[in-house]
Amino acid sequence: MKIRNSFLAGALLTSLSSVSQAADLTIEIQNLTQGIYYTPFLVAAHTPEASLFELGEAATDELTMMAEGGDVSGLVSLVDGLDGNVAEVQGELTAPGTTRTFMLSTDDANTALSITAMLLPTNDGFVGLDNWDIPTEAGTYTVFLNAYDAGTEANDEIRGSGAVGEAGMPVPPPLDPLLGSNGTGVTTEEDNETVHIHRGNLGDSMEDGGSSDVNSTIQRWLNPVAKVTVTVQ
Amino acid sequence: MLSNLGIKKSRLALGMISVLALAACGSDNDSPSSDVEPTPTPTVTSVYQVTVTNLTNAQPFSPVAVILHSEDKLWEIGSPASEELEYVSEGGDNNFVLGLPFVEVGESGVGLILPGASESIEIAIDDNDSALISVATMLVNTNDAFTGLNAVSLAGLEVGESMSFRAGTYDSGTEANSEAAGTMPGPADPGGEGFNALRDDVDFVSMHPGIVSQQDGLSTSVLTKQHGFDNPTAKISISRVE
Repeated sequence: MKIRNSFLAGALLTSLSSVSQAADLTIEIQNLTQGIYYTPFLVAAHTPEASLFELGEAATDELTMMAEGGDVSGLVSLVDGLDGNVAEVQGELTAPGTTRTFMLSTDDANTALSITAMLLPTNDGFVGLDNWDIPTEAGTYTVFLNAYDAGTEANDEIRGSGAVGEAGMPVPPPLDPLLGSNGTGVTTEEDNETVHIHRGNLGDSMEDGGSSDVNSTIQRWLNPVAKVTVTVQ
Repeated sequence: MLSNLGIKKSRLALGMISVLALAACGSDNDSPSSDVEPTPTPTVTSVYQVTVTNLTNAQPFSPVAVILHSEDKLWEIGSPASEELEYVSEGGDNNFVLGLPFVEVGESGVGLILPGASESIEIAIDDNDSALISVATMLVNTNDAFTGLNAVSLAGLEVGESMSFRAGTYDSGTEANSEAAGTMPGPADPGGEGFNALRDDVDFVSMHPGIVSQQDGLSTSVLTKQHGFDNPTAKISISRVE
């Protein structure tokens, strides 16, 4: 009798928690900047023990791929491997001032939400949300995101590569006409090799030459750089 | 038990009165000669004290516009600024914002709010304790930067309660951030221009990217690092005093 009772109680608890934890989310991400583009977003739910990045710790290889080149495939595999839920990756850049909407259905255990995308033009800057507790109560919630530096590449601010380990910034077509050329490079060093708050772009006002290929009056930012509106159904 | 009953009774009575008042109104319309006058409802005035503190190092704020409204927004990130807002963000002129069609009550600050200083502005509205409040003021040593609040609901704010915000800085997107001599109305650019209807920038409102300054490599800038700012740039407190 006793065994049967506790078994029943256990079953009841499980069904209650499944009601409260699995969620259907609509996630709107708005680029709040005037002149920074975002590479395709990774929007993922996972267990609270998992983490896509940790401030003050070295970036994983998967995060580095995203932060240096905008490639989220490594992070998608990572989340899949943890039985997480990944919103469909939308392949376009997100232009300044614009909003992108994602739908995400989460499984019971995946109560944390994380978001990442690379900032262009930067060497290894990214916008991030790390392990945000998904509310169990239906409603609309707003979160403002900061820009981080993966700490994996020197911020030389000149045209180059999005491949891991190669210097310079990737320059996809929409950015190409917006950047200068032939900068000599702002720096060759990265002092803080852990994930940290990005110090921002220096830039310069020269189309040709100077130290940076970034336009200083347009391609800078102050935090926050993105607004996330999560609707829990 | 008895007092509970008493309350129920008085509620019922009130309900009856309002039904009667409605009936009276109806008959009033039917026969203009009727002597029945509708019971006047006492006006309830809500009074708010809005205190704006300038958190920047060297960016005076233009005279603040405080408005109460029931619909609409003062700006929308990603959409073009209204011309009324452009007057604030480029020239520090709040007259046009105060005159926007959706404004129910508008008040202006008395003058510039200098860095580190605060100003309190009182604003009152009748028979509406759930209005929206918006605030706008220019960082005058910039081309088109402003700070403020956008359609914050006052619903549920009781007398004696207050709310406090740290406001970020926005760029109206209506004037390029050249920081050049003659383009900014503040003291860093004596004789500089305020409002200009020309839109030579992205033409949508965004968060402000910050100033560059001459010291940070923009040789044509008349600004120095002194004029730099980071978010937040204003503290805005709203207390309901009545």
